[in-house]
Amino acid sequence: MISYLVFFLIFTLIFSVAVLGLNLQWGFAGLFNAGVVGFMAVGAYTTAILIGPPNDSVIGGFSLPFPIALAGGMVASGIAAWIVAKATIRLRHEYLAVATFGIALSIQIIAVNMPWLTGGTLGIIGVPKPLQGQFESVFNYNVFFLIMMIVLVAAIYNALQAIMQSPWGRALKSIRENEDAAAALGKDIDKFRIEAFVLGCMLMGMAGGLFTVFIGYVSPTDFEPTVTFQVWTMLILGGSANNRGAVAGAIIVWAIWTFSGWAIASFAPPTLQAQGGGIQVMLIGFLLVATLLLRPRGLIGEEVRISRHVGSD
Amino acid sequence: MLQHIADGLLTGAIVSLGAIGLTLTMNILRFANFGHSEFLTWGAYMAFVGIGLIGAIDTYAGGSFGPLSFGWALVISMAVAVLATAALALVLDSVVFKRLRRSGNEMTLIFASFGVALLVRSVLLLMFGHDPKYYSRDIQMSVELLPGMRVLPDQMFVLGCTLVLMAGLHAFMTHTRTGIAMRAVSENVDLARLNGVDTGAIIRWTWIIGGGLAAIAGVFYGMTVQIRPELGFGLILPLFAATIVGGTGSILGAVIGGFIVGLAENLAIMVLPSGYKPAIPFLVILIVLYVRPNGLFGERP
Repeated sequence: MISYLVFFLIFTLIFSVAVLGLNLQWGFAGLFNAGVVGFMAVGAYTTAILIGPPNDSVIGGFSLPFPIALAGGMVASGIAAWIVAKATIRLRHEYLAVATFGIALSIQIIAVNMPWLTGGTLGIIGVPKPLQGQFESVFNYNVFFLIMMIVLVAAIYNALQAIMQSPWGRALKSIRENEDAAAALGKDIDKFRIEAFVLGCMLMGMAGGLFTVFIGYVSPTDFEPTVTFQVWTMLILGGSANNRGAVAGAIIVWAIWTFSGWAIASFAPPTLQAQGGGIQVMLIGFLLVATLLLRPRGLIGEEVRISRHVGSD
Repeated sequence: MLQHIADGLLTGAIVSLGAIGLTLTMNILRFANFGHSEFLTWGAYMAFVGIGLIGAIDTYAGGSFGPLSFGWALVISMAVAVLATAALALVLDSVVFKRLRRSGNEMTLIFASFGVALLVRSVLLLMFGHDPKYYSRDIQMSVELLPGMRVLPDQMFVLGCTLVLMAGLHAFMTHTRTGIAMRAVSENVDLARLNGVDTGAIIRWTWIIGGGLAAIAGVFYGMTVQIRPELGFGLILPLFAATIVGGTGSILGAVIGGFIVGLAENLAIMVLPSGYKPAIPFLVILIVLYVRPNGLFGERP
């Protein structure tokens, strides 16, 4: 039981990294990313290729240390994000949504169709887990991984909080609130937006890389479009533009997802088992729509902040 | 080459029909409806249900028109599908989209449309399962129209029907009060309202027309390919690509965009491995956004 809880928390925290990235884009910059899973996949594959041992069928196998491989995955996601952002950032919001949706789909197609790079439908197996040799049991290792994740998420959380208080973060929010006013103050709107988008996607890439090293392989089936909606539902339910909400949403939605999966596997009649995934996806869709209708700000919404220069005298 | 063009025109016809509804929603309801392609899936399955019901009542209904694979049963079922899909669109609007429109944030609508798409798709999956369904199990003989270009009679019917529908829609948009009012609302909501246009009715008409055309496109897809719960999901990108190529809001643009996307998909597999086919619409989108973000006939970026 406790080992399952550790397992569950690790996944929650990995998702939290992606949700925090999405929160930077949507919550703080108002950028609509419908291709979260694509950027996670780029991070996952790049990390796997960089960290993996030499393999005859797949290019790469550079056996690089974990932090460097993870950083490589983040950079690759950032580059993919920059290409999309450059094309769409000036256009109406829908276009960014369509383009990001498209790149996620294309990335999955590339993953399936380029076996020399990605291992094709089989993916890349035997991705080494960092420092695994130092631990005697799987449970001890998972506890170590959990502690590493807690430290990492805490660090990202604090960094994002600091960034949002900084001039850069405040400029970003001002652009979200009123583009023309921000432009009139001399802010380069496109530049801020592209930076926020790329940074958010790098966090998604990191989540992908962490996911891969934890499960020890990477395969295209782990990057179905459903994941994008999971990450979104986490953010919307938890409360966008609030980093605590983002993490809370990740915990709640992943709990619902895991629990419903377990409930279907244990109680549903065998005829329904094959469609059990459909019930899980339906729950996600329902949660998303219900939150938007009933509690649009999410469980923990954005804190209202008014400049201390306004009013009070 | 000729064969790829023929296949491209057929895909294009289906994409065009779907894209018309999408472009109308984007311009009149002012949000990108990622759930639109699920109307195609819904329509395809509703016609499948219709055929099953008719077959249960009247065994003779299995008969078919000349060389085509279907008869009256499918025609009636198609009408059922149109009604059922328009009804679904109206229900979704009143339960979800109407309430969110009041909040005034188009992005919330897009989020909701993703959620709605997931719901519709998984409901269909639960009802009908993963296995593909077919309207008819008959094997059709293809006809060699030109040397090296073979088409099925059904495919020719689909193409012809699409052209007739488009002509009809054009007449509707230019010659009826409702059609003209729809165009007025898409130009300027406030001005249209000042001139006494009932915007609520226009919104309902937009859902009915968009949903109805999507249902027909879905049935056509089911006739020429197969019916699966992921039918619409696979068409999301082609539909958006057609809309963006044509320029949002332009019906003619959506039609031409649909054919361009269909042809691009089928001609690209002459040079690319066929596994990349689903990514072609994305490439088309990127090229258009880099080169001509307004599309062929669009006005606003």
